[in-house]
Amino acid sequence: MQEEQVREEADPSYRWGMTVDLDRCTGCEACVTACHAENNIPTVGPDEAARGRAMHWMRIERYFEGEFPDVQVKFRPVFCQQCDNAPCEPVCPTYASHHTEEGLNAQVYNRCIGTRYCANACSYNTRLFNFFNPEWEKPLNLQLNPDVSVREVGVMEKCTFCIQRINETKIEAKASGETVQDGAIKTACVQACTSNALVFGNLNDRESEVSRLSRSHRGSKLLDDLGTKPSVTYLQRETWHESGNR
Amino acid sequence: MNPGTDKKLIEDLLHPLLHTSAKFYLAVAFFGSIVLVGFATWAYQVVNGIGVAGINSPVFWGFYLVNFVFWIGISHAGTLISAILRLCNATWRQPVTRCAEAITAFALMIGGMFPLIHLGRVWLFFWLIPYPSERALWPNFRSPLVWDFFAISTYLLASLLFLALPMIPDFALIRDKTTGLRSKIYGMLSMGWQGTPKQWHRLENAMHIMAIAILPIAISVHTVVSFDFSMAVVPGWHSTIFGPYFVTGAIFSGIAALIIAMAIIRRLLHLEEYLKPLHFQNLGKLMGTMSLLWMYFVFNERLTVWYGNESHEQGVFGAVQRGEYSPFFWTMVVLNFVIPIVILGIRRLRTITGTVVASIGIVIGMWLERFLIVVPSLSYKQLPYSWGTYTPEWPELTIMASTFAAIALLFILFAKFIPVISIWEVRVGTHPEMKAAETVAEGEAAGELV
Repeated sequence: MQEEQVREEADPSYRWGMTVDLDRCTGCEACVTACHAENNIPTVGPDEAARGRAMHWMRIERYFEGEFPDVQVKFRPVFCQQCDNAPCEPVCPTYASHHTEEGLNAQVYNRCIGTRYCANACSYNTRLFNFFNPEWEKPLNLQLNPDVSVREVGVMEKCTFCIQRINETKIEAKASGETVQDGAIKTACVQACTSNALVFGNLNDRESEVSRLSRSHRGSKLLDDLGTKPSVTYLQRETWHESGNR
Repeated sequence: MNPGTDKKLIEDLLHPLLHTSAKFYLAVAFFGSIVLVGFATWAYQVVNGIGVAGINSPVFWGFYLVNFVFWIGISHAGTLISAILRLCNATWRQPVTRCAEAITAFALMIGGMFPLIHLGRVWLFFWLIPYPSERALWPNFRSPLVWDFFAISTYLLASLLFLALPMIPDFALIRDKTTGLRSKIYGMLSMGWQGTPKQWHRLENAMHIMAIAILPIAISVHTVVSFDFSMAVVPGWHSTIFGPYFVTGAIFSGIAALIIAMAIIRRLLHLEEYLKPLHFQNLGKLMGTMSLLWMYFVFNERLTVWYGNESHEQGVFGAVQRGEYSPFFWTMVVLNFVIPIVILGIRRLRTITGTVVASIGIVIGMWLERFLIVVPSLSYKQLPYSWGTYTPEWPELTIMASTFAAIALLFILFAKFIPVISIWEVRVGTHPEMKAAETVAEGEAAGELV
């Protein structure tokens, strides 16, 4: 019975993925902010952040090239890569971290007991841990997104590809008897991106923009050699690697 | 058998049980209060959140996991050593085995606490246990942490059995030597032991079976603990050598812990006649061998990583070999290899004091080894952008200190209620040509002899 319900909700014709165009990214961090607002991510304050406990499901890595004043900055947004062969999944003793049929690494907050093994195993360091119970000073508690649960102390969390938005769109599409159209789902970061560097969609649909972009010759995967098979593709000029290319 | 010596032997070994000094109460109060502080700290951590510990992102595992591996390592003192010595029929083992087996049981109890202490939501720890839940939810049997649960609980059960079995004749002896309530309690514990030939035969058989069964269990336990690390694709962890490397280190640190415990017991309970320099020398030789073996593994592990020159591995390799963690690394090499080889390799230095000095160094060195395995790898994972560092906080230090007090407390209580030296085995051993079965043939049962 339970299993049937799950089957019905998960549709294997979808495999969610994303592309990040590094040549378009300006490093403005609008995506980081949007992600915080959408997913009820707590802020931990300066002291905790200095101890390496800042909570951002998405981070903008900065790389500097050259000497002052001739400096170039490169940005790389990094978030959960939703690996098809994820190192975080088999190590979880309680199945809190598991794979969905739509290619997502789901994190069941209520099932997490906080061994933090998944975060150690994750090669991308994109898993965040609630070291304390999150707090929102009044009236900030009123701005919490009702579609997303708030996580308690001792629980691991990470980028979900805004699963609440995915599900909402899927349900709406189903109600009107259609399939989800390309571009109908925008994750919070995609929606906030000012330079259209981020594209989200269904990788199983060969016509979708994300699918087309991830097959681009400009595409590469982060830490591809580990064999984790990420669902996120980074796009960049082929000369990007050569430093000092002007 | 000379009845005079035998009587003295029993008196000597039962003395701590029958006479309680003020020192005993003082020691229990002292160590007991430290243990209580440890529990209070844990309670503080549960109430306030695991964040009171120093762990952070990316170093999600810190001192708690270091201590977990360390104590599980110490637990290899007993069972493995005493099982090997039993199977080899090494007669000098008799006064050593019970002490060793007790360390195993206590170190396992303490070590087994740490995976719970380090949990983010410890109140849900039972989700690690496979129990039939109405939601049909099982633990993830692919997770090394679940393997840990099985390995450690099996090992604890087996080593408790292994510890308890040879106590039965001694319990019977105490039953016969005492009166009143004490006699009744030990009578129950002795489970109707009368010292008949059949019972001796059964005991010998059971001990033999347990000694053989415990060897693969002990080896598998620390291999599984090493799997916690080697199964993850983390630089410095993902290594095929970890299984035997961990087992070697475990036996190594176990012998060191055993020597320290024996020296303390020898002094405090005045057992100089039973724990002789010979025992320390022999254990010292064994420890020296393990030191060589340990260095061999370290050399292999470091050389292959350096020579392979794999880019992800170089971050952590450099940090350990010549970076911020290098002082710990070289201290470890000195404590675990240089000093022990000098002390244990030169016969004149292989005295009781010498072996104890080497052992203290080894216990510290092996703790550092565990630290160097857990922390640097997490600090230097694949992406340099999220490299980090780790400093322990006071709850971690307090709980760690309280575990050392806990093992002292458990040992004091153990020595108070159970003879730390197996009386019947030493009695058999005083006449090397005599075996337990022959003792029986002479009509000597544990309880009858005075």
